[in-house]
Amino acid sequence: MTLKIIASQCTSCSACEPECPNVAITEKNGTFVIDPKKCTECIGHFDAPQCAAVCPVDDTCVIDNAYPRYQAPA
Amino acid sequence: MTSLDVGTAEAAEGVNAAVAMGDVMQKIAEHKGCGTSGGSGKASCGSGAGEGDLPTEIWEKVKNHPCYSEEAHHHYARMHVAVAPACNIQCNYCNRKYDCANESRPGVVSEKLTPEQAAKKVLAVASTIPQMTVLGIAGPGDPLANPEKTFKTFDLISRTAPDIKLCLSTNGLALPDHVDTIAGYNVDHVTITINMVDPEIGAKIYPWVFWKHKRYTGVEAAKLLTDRQLQGLEMLTERGILCKVNSVMIPGINDKHLVEVNKAVKSRGAFLHNIMPLISAPEHGTVFGLNGQRGPSAQELKALQDSCEGEMNMMRHCRQCRADAVGLLGEDRSAEFTTEKIMAMEVDYDLESRKAYQEKVEEERVAKVAAKQEELATLAGAASDIKLLIAVATKGSGLINEHFGHAKEFQVYELSTSGAKFVGHRRVDLYCQGGYGDEDSLETVIRAINDCHAVFVAKIGGCPKNDLIKAGIEPVDQFAHEFIEKSAIAWFKAYLDKVNSGEIEHQERGDAEIRQGALINAA
Repeated sequence: MTLKIIASQCTSCSACEPECPNVAITEKNGTFVIDPKKCTECIGHFDAPQCAAVCPVDDTCVIDNAYPRYQAPA
Repeated sequence: MTSLDVGTAEAAEGVNAAVAMGDVMQKIAEHKGCGTSGGSGKASCGSGAGEGDLPTEIWEKVKNHPCYSEEAHHHYARMHVAVAPACNIQCNYCNRKYDCANESRPGVVSEKLTPEQAAKKVLAVASTIPQMTVLGIAGPGDPLANPEKTFKTFDLISRTAPDIKLCLSTNGLALPDHVDTIAGYNVDHVTITINMVDPEIGAKIYPWVFWKHKRYTGVEAAKLLTDRQLQGLEMLTERGILCKVNSVMIPGINDKHLVEVNKAVKSRGAFLHNIMPLISAPEHGTVFGLNGQRGPSAQELKALQDSCEGEMNMMRHCRQCRADAVGLLGEDRSAEFTTEKIMAMEVDYDLESRKAYQEKVEEERVAKVAAKQEELATLAGAASDIKLLIAVATKGSGLINEHFGHAKEFQVYELSTSGAKFVGHRRVDLYCQGGYGDEDSLETVIRAINDCHAVFVAKIGGCPKNDLIKAGIEPVDQFAHEFIEKSAIAWFKAYLDKVNSGEIEHQERGDAEIRQGALINAA
């Protein structure tokens, strides 16, 4: 799985962008988006997904169930 | 960095030389002001009046900084550039989703800027408003949670507009990590928002902080925040950087505690303490707005400010402005400088004409202080315990030069036998719209200045005049376009004479309301 940003709730504050260890977050059309190919849910980097931890709006950086769970390389 | 420092220092020296004569005259003119007009001692002196007993190097730093000197705020303008959208903490009085052009509160902006856009905007504003002397970065998030954008902006501006003072306003969490960089850019004014020094109280204000890749909550978060804030404050004052501490007064949560905060920041070398009323309304969507947490009344705020006044300078002229505000503190001209407009502007940054203009401003200031001193001398020997408040309609320059119906705010002065002291301001909705009076907004104005005995205006219509008299507030228009303090002292002297002769009886006034979220511009 990956995280996604709920665009309607995003304040475009950009706090998440530099926190992402995978450089998966970019600005698009005024809000920020997570590239599901790059997101690792911060597994192997930090205890919790950084985008969700720094986001000022609750439940805006959330797990995207459309993708399979991220598997850390063995 | 080296060439940058040299450039800035040289330019600063040039500016100082140009105004040196004005300074000397001003020091002479204002020196007496401190002992005699301070009201309750040193407090209104350092930030309020002239140089007083401030060391010369500090006076040089604050004399044309509208936020650090009450005196300066009548004459000099500031601007904020919104280059720092990210924040590293969450406050219960802040909602980042909210953005409205008609709102005037910290954390609210109409558009974000890149450092390059910000630098262009600064030049455009500096060329249009020659009394704009200060560039601040105050968000809309936290400048130090966006260090690259913040410092890039300072870098660009210090190269192109070296006479402009740089300052920033932070929650302090990341401050200790950046103190050396701040000093390196010659940022000599830093504001830290400190609402508590007790983590138990902090837990009621801050739901979380984000630090070193982790979100902390509750008392642990508040402990981390207060430790970092106080450490950052100490590091700044050690380096001779002037620090202002902003505190939001939240009745029932930190109102009494702010006296402790005052002591804590004073002992760590803070220069100025700015206690501001909580802005809280349900429509702001903040935690405090939604849970019904009220802000303080005008009397509650003044009582707390008065009780903290002692060795410490108190700021009472803060307008709690937006992170993209432009202009004198009581006005906001940001709508004139949207990105679209500034990008189309031909900017000619003329340091010489800015200097010349600012010299004129200094002359105006000296004249104002001299007028006050002269009038104050006539009060000498008058003995009375009477202290009262008056409201003043002004557009700046220390003059009574605004029509009652056009005033977007009133400045409040406390009058006593020791003189006239600025003690605050009240925002009001425009009373006059389209040339005819609107009763509801007149009531709003009366509630906002209900603790005042008189309101000084350049002009006032017959209807509001009668309503003010009915409400017990004397409309005073005979000092139109004259200096505020001089006029106030003259009026007060006449008032005392009338009380002493038994013509009138002095009565205490009631409390007044601090308005939430008034308009920023005359629509």
